[in-house]
Amino acid sequence: MLSSIGNILVILVITLSFLIIYNASLDIKFSSQFIKKNIYKLSLFQITFTVLSFFTLIIGFVISDFSLINVYENSHTAKPFFYKIAGTWGNHEGSLLLWVNILVIFSYLFLIFNHIHDKKFRLYTLIVQNILILGFLFFLLLNSNPFNSIYPIPLEGLGLNPILQDPALAIHPPLLYVGFVGCSIFFSAAMASLLSGYGGKIFAQSIKTWVKISWCFQTLGIIVGSIWAYYELGWGGFWFWDPVENASLLPWFAITALMHSLIVLEKRNTLYSWVIILCLLTFILSVTGTFLVRSGILNSVHTFASDPSRGIYILLFLSLMIFSSLIIFFTKYKKETYNFNLKSRETFILVNNWFMAFFLLTVLIGMLYPIFLDVLTNVKISVGPPFFNIVIIPLVVPFLFFMAIGPKFGWVKSRNKFFYKFFYLILGAVIINILIFYFFGKYSFLSNLIFIAAIFLILQSCIDVKKIINNKNKFELPRVISHLGFGLLVFFIGVNYQFSIEEDFNLKVGEIKKINNYEVNFQDIKIKDNKNYKAVIGIFKLTNFKNNLVQYLEPEIRIYSNPETLTYEAAIKTKITSDLYLTMSNVSRSDYYNIKFQNKPFMIWIWISALMISLGGFVQLTLKKNED
Amino acid sequence: MLNKKVKKRIIFLTFIFLLSIVVVFFILNSLNKNIVYFSSPTEIKQTEDIPFGKAMRIGGMVKKGSITISQKNIQFIVTDFENEILVSYSGTVPNLFAEGKGVVAEGSLSDKNFFIASRILAKHDENYMPPEIKEIIEKNVK
Repeated sequence: MLSSIGNILVILVITLSFLIIYNASLDIKFSSQFIKKNIYKLSLFQITFTVLSFFTLIIGFVISDFSLINVYENSHTAKPFFYKIAGTWGNHEGSLLLWVNILVIFSYLFLIFNHIHDKKFRLYTLIVQNILILGFLFFLLLNSNPFNSIYPIPLEGLGLNPILQDPALAIHPPLLYVGFVGCSIFFSAAMASLLSGYGGKIFAQSIKTWVKISWCFQTLGIIVGSIWAYYELGWGGFWFWDPVENASLLPWFAITALMHSLIVLEKRNTLYSWVIILCLLTFILSVTGTFLVRSGILNSVHTFASDPSRGIYILLFLSLMIFSSLIIFFTKYKKETYNFNLKSRETFILVNNWFMAFFLLTVLIGMLYPIFLDVLTNVKISVGPPFFNIVIIPLVVPFLFFMAIGPKFGWVKSRNKFFYKFFYLILGAVIINILIFYFFGKYSFLSNLIFIAAIFLILQSCIDVKKIINNKNKFELPRVISHLGFGLLVFFIGVNYQFSIEEDFNLKVGEIKKINNYEVNFQDIKIKDNKNYKAVIGIFKLTNFKNNLVQYLEPEIRIYSNPETLTYEAAIKTKITSDLYLTMSNVSRSDYYNIKFQNKPFMIWIWISALMISLGGFVQLTLKKNED
Repeated sequence: MLNKKVKKRIIFLTFIFLLSIVVVFFILNSLNKNIVYFSSPTEIKQTEDIPFGKAMRIGGMVKKGSITISQKNIQFIVTDFENEILVSYSGTVPNLFAEGKGVVAEGSLSDKNFFIASRILAKHDENYMPPEIKEIIEKNVK
């Protein structure tokens, strides 16, 4: 039943996409100012049917309709209601349907919200976007159809991987999808701009809101994923340079560069070609990331049961996208003249772009090198955190400095007057760093530099905040919030890295272990039955000898029955100054439990400052509304 | 002859070109220092000049009945059904670590029969088999 409804809806959407492309290409030739009514209507139908198809799948999951293979493979009647819904996008087929939904929604919104812009440009955008929609719809229908049915109908489903049954992971994919798939709209707009010759300043205005929306959601999605990894994976870290994390960083570097150079295009009407390249690159990298993850070429925590045929399809589609965009770019390319003064804001925005390009290149090489080596020489290697740390961290120092001073320069050309202020701030940063170094402990020369640079950026941003409050110039606020967030993030990561305590050991019930100022007492073990899992709960008494504080932590081992899996739930006590982190695991049912104890200073502040970065973007979006 | 503008541009482009070569060289150089090779126990036995103490990964199956646990560490034997190697590890084991299952350990060799692991890689899908191990098993078990 649901299977046929779903399939009919998908086929309807395909038909509508063809109709939209056909009608739009007819309408381009008309010289009238307005887009024909029927294109609006078709688009409205398209978005309605797409959203309906997604709801059909959600209903399938909610009522546990196991006649759908997808529901059978990824759901179970005993699963909590919330995770039944989240299960819809917790698997390859369902998430692809979500992907198509976002493509369609952005396509429709771009059509109706941009009526002040050129008709030809909007129509070309619509056509390119619908070609993308068709590409993914055919992939969905032929290779990964969530509405495939199964007969005879199974009585019970296989269940969702328990590690995915987590609130952070329920919202992580939709956020990332809005962020990554949202990039499609300015990919289409960039192609349309090349095709219709509608470029320059106005082009920047037409896409800037969409770039910001995507950027905000990408940033937020990556943070939520990182928070999930912190408390669910039980390693106590938040960034592992895992191939999948890298795949999500690539488009983020590109879109961050784009967001900055877009300002130059809008204000100074230059850098047009570069902006176009970044528009194209961002979405291409998003699809590349998806391809690498879904095809199973990269192995990592995101193991969707992989299937090579998927990879081949996405690879074909990807190469088609890259080649056609390159061909259009080079046939339509017009020469620009650049006229930059060294001491101007646009120069510093270019500096930002150089850094982003470097980070992007590093991560890309680190990610792809093992794949190439395996294919060419059959030697298996992996590239771990040390590589990324060595290459990226030293460059963060100048990056932070430029981030602090760049926005102080005016457009076109600045005077020299205000340089002495930087000198005072750097001096202040050095003094604060020396105090930290002296009172709390020693760290390397590079760490010193990073702390100084981060403190410099933080001080500079604080002064900016004060200025904004005095002048009531709120349009600078988003930039300051994000830059301050980044400075704090680097600072707290540095502190966290330098002053964390980590210890692994094995304990039996009743045993005691001492670590620095702490005593870990494994007092007891409890067993508790829950709706869809059984929990083995360890009770640990933690004594801090420094302030005689006693705390109880209760990490769990969860035994899920559908599918049969173990997960380890960390016990985390969060305080403003530090996190206590304890995980417990058991090896082949011996008396010894494997304990990981960590004390991580300022953990909560890492999240807060990361959230500030994306908050800046959201603030800007609301400001934009008030301005209009 | 070349006029001033063209000259300037050529200098600029050469500069950019040289800079990107330096950057790529720098990245590749640090990449070379930090890659981690993957070997099976048999490969370790057969390779003459295998470096001790350098970071590497080994993989295979955890031999049945080989896990022993003490307060300090866990020891187990990794086998590829031809050769085996003793692994010592102190740290959290992933939830799918068990006797008779595939494992990938990262660490360094102390000699040809003894491996000190610093990390055991987590895999979160019960049906998932790291591709490296799949290959080993397909080769040795027929």
